[in-house]
Amino acid sequence: MLGIIIGVASVIVMLAIGQGSKKSIQDQMSGMGTNLIFAMPGAEQKGGVRMGNSDAKSMKLTDVDAIEKNCPAISDVSPEVRSSGQAVLGNQNWPTTIYGVNNKYFNIKKYTIGRGRTFTETEIQTYAKVCLVGQTVVENLFGKADPIGQSIRFKNIPLLIIGILGEKGENGMGQDQDDLVMAPYTTVQKRILAITHIQSIAASAASESQNEAAIEQMTESLRHSHKLKTGDADDFQVRSQSEMVQMFSSISNIMTILLGAISGISLLVGGIGIMNIMYVSVTERTREIGLRLSVGGRGNDILLQFLIESILLSVFGGVIGISLGIVATQIMASIMSWPVVITTLSVIMSFLVCSAIGIFFGWYPARKAASLNPIDALRYE
Amino acid sequence: MKKTIIEVKQLKKDFYVGEITVHALKGIDLEIKEGEFVAIMGTSGSGKSTMLNILGCLDKPTSGSYFLDGISMGELSKNELANLRNIKLGFVFQSYNLLSRTSALENVELPLFYNSKIRSKERRERAEAALEAVGLSDRMHHMPNQLSGGQQQRVAIARSLVNDPVVILADEATGNLDTRTSYEIMALLQDLNQKGKTIVFVTHEADIAKFMTRQIVFRDGHIIREELVTNRNNAVELLKTLPIEESV
Repeated sequence: MLGIIIGVASVIVMLAIGQGSKKSIQDQMSGMGTNLIFAMPGAEQKGGVRMGNSDAKSMKLTDVDAIEKNCPAISDVSPEVRSSGQAVLGNQNWPTTIYGVNNKYFNIKKYTIGRGRTFTETEIQTYAKVCLVGQTVVENLFGKADPIGQSIRFKNIPLLIIGILGEKGENGMGQDQDDLVMAPYTTVQKRILAITHIQSIAASAASESQNEAAIEQMTESLRHSHKLKTGDADDFQVRSQSEMVQMFSSISNIMTILLGAISGISLLVGGIGIMNIMYVSVTERTREIGLRLSVGGRGNDILLQFLIESILLSVFGGVIGISLGIVATQIMASIMSWPVVITTLSVIMSFLVCSAIGIFFGWYPARKAASLNPIDALRYE
Repeated sequence: MKKTIIEVKQLKKDFYVGEITVHALKGIDLEIKEGEFVAIMGTSGSGKSTMLNILGCLDKPTSGSYFLDGISMGELSKNELANLRNIKLGFVFQSYNLLSRTSALENVELPLFYNSKIRSKERRERAEAALEAVGLSDRMHHMPNQLSGGQQQRVAIARSLVNDPVVILADEATGNLDTRTSYEIMALLQDLNQKGKTIVFVTHEADIAKFMTRQIVFRDGHIIREELVTNRNNAVELLKTLPIEESV
């Protein structure tokens, strides 16, 4: 019984650590925004002359609505309009970029809200003059003063600061991701840029594995809403951070293999422990089997008895082992603050494998003993 | 004319130890009638234990015939032999062979447990009756390790009685016991024999064999002597002559 308990518990702990490590690496990876997908207008041709991308006006808000409706692999989508300029506070000013976005944008780009709040639906609909500011802007304009509730001016439009973005640092290319102001896309569209189109669309795939599907669905949706016929070239570009995605998936694969190896080995070790204990304890009872045979027990009666015993032992031991494993995992998680994840699969797998081994090695030596001549079993030392 | 319980003709048993063949029994003819108390004697290696194992259907003879209560053993399968042991035979071993961590009562119930015709209520009643018959009604729920050697052997005898066998086979049943306890066990067996039980008792001690009705002496796989015990000892009488030991 002890063998089964320890076997099951250790397998569960090992798997929990493995899964936890995998999960924590996954979280860190996706914190980098690996499922980010961008769509921007493609190069436009006017009479053989190629125009710059930013001049294209083909992206509309309806495209965003269509993507939201038609792309199951995409979890969040936001329009994006930007404008560079000076942010002014009193006699201070700072060159920065204002992004017009909706509330989902924070999630897409993995921005956190440090303090304050995001936009309300009404604020978006009424082109409200509100904004959130990044840390770099806060430092340069306000110093140590509290910016929330104050107004800054951007291209002469006063914007009330309703929140501060959490610090994000530089991105992969050394660009400061905290040097920005975010306002409702309607505000930037109507009040600052005075345009009706949008400059790009930011979206995130529901998970890393759905990246490819998300790109495909987004392309399809845009082609449909831009009324492009089969054979027409795309008038937009869809881009994802495919390099990072590849790196991520290779790391994820290595983790999966590692985890498989860990669980395989811990199952093996637990299994061998159980095997030994069951084998020894049943073999020790050969004399008992001999006695049972000599008082008239048939081989099958005795086998059945040992089978039932080892099933009960394995099941009870397994249940205790599961609880012990879960408790040990939690203790370890709280003491060593190690990330742990207990999955149902790991519990079921360790229980099944350990019980199967326990039952087999309770039954097998009993079968051997029961097939002996009763006198040999009785004399067994 | 009393019924013949055991009838053995030209029984041989060979053991193969590596390349050497050991002829343990070299053609035994033997008849035991109902109500007898037979001592099988002989030095070690004489074949007496092998004989008992075959009589107990624990081992199969190499050749020859063996009829137990009119049934031929030769053609029976393993399971049929097990059934026969369950119904017709009772065993008492030198080392008791009780199940540890199992109460006296449950130990005695064990043979009936393998008889599907007996319900649990009857099993309990018969086991209690058997323990009473060996004088252990106050020790029913003790574990074997809480009992003395003599008491353990009594439990074993109760176990051999519980299925009401045609013959009780005892293998050196007093071998591990001191003289007084041995005599007590013999008194119990004599009493059972008086009540009609057939008993076959393997021993190498001549004074123990004196308690029985017939002696059969084995040597080198043959029966060399077979005689009725003339001046048979009475264990109860003899017990009175033993000096009473100081209880510690």
